[in-house]
Amino acid sequence: MMQIVLIVTAVILSLAAAGAILRIARGPSLLDRVLAADVLLAILGAALCVDMAVNQHLNNLMLLVAISVIGFVGSVTVARFVADRREEPLES
Amino acid sequence: MNPEPSTVDIVIDAVSAVFMVVGALMSLAAAIGLLRFPDLLTRMHAATKPQVLGLFLLLASIGLQMRTFWVWPVLLVAWLFQLLTVPVSAHMVGRAGYRTKHLHREMLTTDELEAVVQAATQAAREDSADSPHTPMTAEDAEIESDAESAAESVGKPTE
Repeated sequence: MMQIVLIVTAVILSLAAAGAILRIARGPSLLDRVLAADVLLAILGAALCVDMAVNQHLNNLMLLVAISVIGFVGSVTVARFVADRREEPLES
Repeated sequence: MNPEPSTVDIVIDAVSAVFMVVGALMSLAAAIGLLRFPDLLTRMHAATKPQVLGLFLLLASIGLQMRTFWVWPVLLVAWLFQLLTVPVSAHMVGRAGYRTKHLHREMLTTDELEAVVQAATQAAREDSADSPHTPMTAEDAEIESDAESAAESVGKPTE
């Protein structure tokens, strides 16, 4: 049963990562890209969690915490220094 | 793993399998929301699903699969850390998104930040305009910024 769950979650997470990457590529603003990168990191953490649960080990736990720290620092830094360079504000 | 799993094992496996699939579906929901929602604030609403509830479900499935009690505090610490950092970064991103006007204003039901932002931009503009001259007192600046923001609310601001 765990192998079936692994395959199902792998497919779902791959689709989700593809959607997040598409938003990073298309995103009209810098903040949309930051948000999508944050979601991509969350998806990566979810994949690490699924690996740990299916294979019953805890090797990735510190990596999971480190990933959330990196996402936090990255999005806060970019949001702090973002500026509006457009002449006339467009529709998002 | 013993070859003949007990009923409890089967139940725990089933619950953790459901948790894992639902947690992965949270990520998919976030991706669909990122692709289909119209502006930054609504996309932020979608993006929080895998960060909080999805992570909680997946960590719970890890705890169920490990079959030991000492992992639960560790997993709880990881989840609490995520809970502490996610609102801060969402706050920063949302505020920056408001300031850079990445939002559909007609979709807002109420906007409590508008008056604050207008006053701040007004004060910054006056500071940059007045810096070569003699600095005026704080009260004068406040009175002028009030008058100008009142004028601005009537007509469109001239940049």
